[in-house]
Amino acid sequence: MADLALKHAISPRSIPDVGAWDRLKVNRNWLALWFMLPAAAFLLLFLAYPLVLGVWLSFTDARIGRGGEFVGLENYEWLWDDPVFWLSVFNTLLYTGVASVFKFAIGLYLALLLNHNMSFKAIIRAAVLIPFIVPTVLSAIAFWWIFDSQFSIVSWSLRKLGLIATNIDFLGDTWNARWSVIFANIWRGVPFVAITLLAGLQTVSPSLYEAATIDGATPWQRFRYVTYPLLTPIIAVVMTFSVLFTFTDFQLIWVLTRGGPANATHLMATLGYQRAIGGGYLGEGSAIATAMIPFLLAAILISWFGLQRRKWQQGESND
Amino acid sequence: MTDVLASKVASPKAVLSGVTADHTEGMSYLQTLPRRLVTLYLPLSLIVFVLLFPFYWMALTAIKPDEQLLDLDRFNPFWTWTPTLKHIDKLLFGTHYPLWLMNTMLVAITATILSIVASVLAAYAIVRLRYKGAQWFGVAIFLAYLIPPSILFIPLSTVVFQYGLFDTPFALILTYPTILIPFSTWLLMGYFKTIPFELEECALIDGASRYQILTKIVLPLAVPGLISAFIFCFTLCWNEFIYALTFISSTENKTVPVAIVNEFVDGDIYRWGSLMAGALVGSLPLVILYAFFVEHYVSAMTGAVKE
Repeated sequence: MADLALKHAISPRSIPDVGAWDRLKVNRNWLALWFMLPAAAFLLLFLAYPLVLGVWLSFTDARIGRGGEFVGLENYEWLWDDPVFWLSVFNTLLYTGVASVFKFAIGLYLALLLNHNMSFKAIIRAAVLIPFIVPTVLSAIAFWWIFDSQFSIVSWSLRKLGLIATNIDFLGDTWNARWSVIFANIWRGVPFVAITLLAGLQTVSPSLYEAATIDGATPWQRFRYVTYPLLTPIIAVVMTFSVLFTFTDFQLIWVLTRGGPANATHLMATLGYQRAIGGGYLGEGSAIATAMIPFLLAAILISWFGLQRRKWQQGESND
Repeated sequence: MTDVLASKVASPKAVLSGVTADHTEGMSYLQTLPRRLVTLYLPLSLIVFVLLFPFYWMALTAIKPDEQLLDLDRFNPFWTWTPTLKHIDKLLFGTHYPLWLMNTMLVAITATILSIVASVLAAYAIVRLRYKGAQWFGVAIFLAYLIPPSILFIPLSTVVFQYGLFDTPFALILTYPTILIPFSTWLLMGYFKTIPFELEECALIDGASRYQILTKIVLPLAVPGLISAFIFCFTLCWNEFIYALTFISSTENKTVPVAIVNEFVDGDIYRWGSLMAGALVGSLPLVILYAFFVEHYVSAMTGAVKE
């Protein structure tokens, strides 16, 4: 018996051959290569390559239908002396700055309001998100109608209330147009900020507020010294995204004003589109798009280091 | 990086119904009703009114007869007693609108499926295969998420032209995943991390291959994450504008947002009815989807932020 078992155990047939192929099949790096391939292919072909190509195009005089030649910094020199470009930079910074501040303030306020216990809570919270769900272009069209110079419902209501004598020319006047598009952008961005901040508020333990109240904290102090510090990490991320997407906004402007009146609402993205696709000057349009990259990098770095600092403050391990 | 905020946001269900920690549960009895009225209900109803009014106005305009649209003084502009389906009828049977809806649907669904498949594989590899350099891929994908279409559409248009995709649905089907993959990979990485490692180890010992582990263990457990990723990607596709505007030129290949802006805007003073009908019908699929999957939307939104 023992003899038999021994014979069986040392039989070479019982141990399958482990070839190089079998080893490769369970190799992490080899498997990962195939798992990563589809995503990497998409991102390399349609994201990384165009990104590099865009920077290259900005140094050429490419037009639509004609490959360009290298012209050095000519496009940038041209833009440097172009008042419309600087106007668009000013507009973009104004648009991003004002809209982000209001989105943050109103979003945070709305989140605090929604955090109260009340009837129909779930329905109200769900309704608040609808502006975020509906495609921007379609809600922008509704705003276009609301901002109409003759038949605007806002003008009509204000006139009936006796607050104004004539219709407001929302989109035809330089500053009116700027405030109108900024308003539409705030309207569109507030739900996102509010709901994500609400998600953060939900994790703040009620006992902290009770303890603060017992210690005699006023509502403002409860917000400033309990809510706000606990919410900072989320605020940092949410606002980075908000700033990024406001800065590169295209849809709202394109539907409402197409950059008019007299370039007063041109953002860098819309000006880039107009020059590159509308005018056919791909090189110049690319230069405008490339000029947006430093601003985006700044926003990303701020968010990155903001997060890093939080991590070691909380003593969490790197992951 | 990825787990920094994981504990900082509540579950989507809690966000909507507030079951976990509504702080006012404990102390709300301290507030009298008139006080709540002024500090809570009044500002809240004002904000909700402003947020929802454009949709009311859109819907109302879509069903108003033409003569009431522009005559604000003879008819009460905030209501109509004689609703009409004329604008919607004209939209569905007098224009290419159904075709545009089909295009949008086709592009959105195909691009979403492609992106989800690619993201599932990538997210699983980054989280669980932990190959050499996996964390750098995670960071790279996060950075890809931050590159906006507005700086890519000009070079992409030349790329699309070179590949011979210009003015075909493939131009959109193949470029949308660049927006969707970073987002959904990031979201799914978060979900996969919550699945216990031991389950996979058991399966490995029982002789399962990585592919079997993925399809038989990880994916069934990550279904809520997959739904979130799917509907959010679908919404992003539907919402996308600048690529569709740049890469598509012929009327019958356009998507709904581009078509409404380019084809409906003419000099006609009565265009508003059909414009608003177009916007309303174009938003409805998403709003219906949203109504059924509110929690998943919230989960996708907070998931995108927390990672």
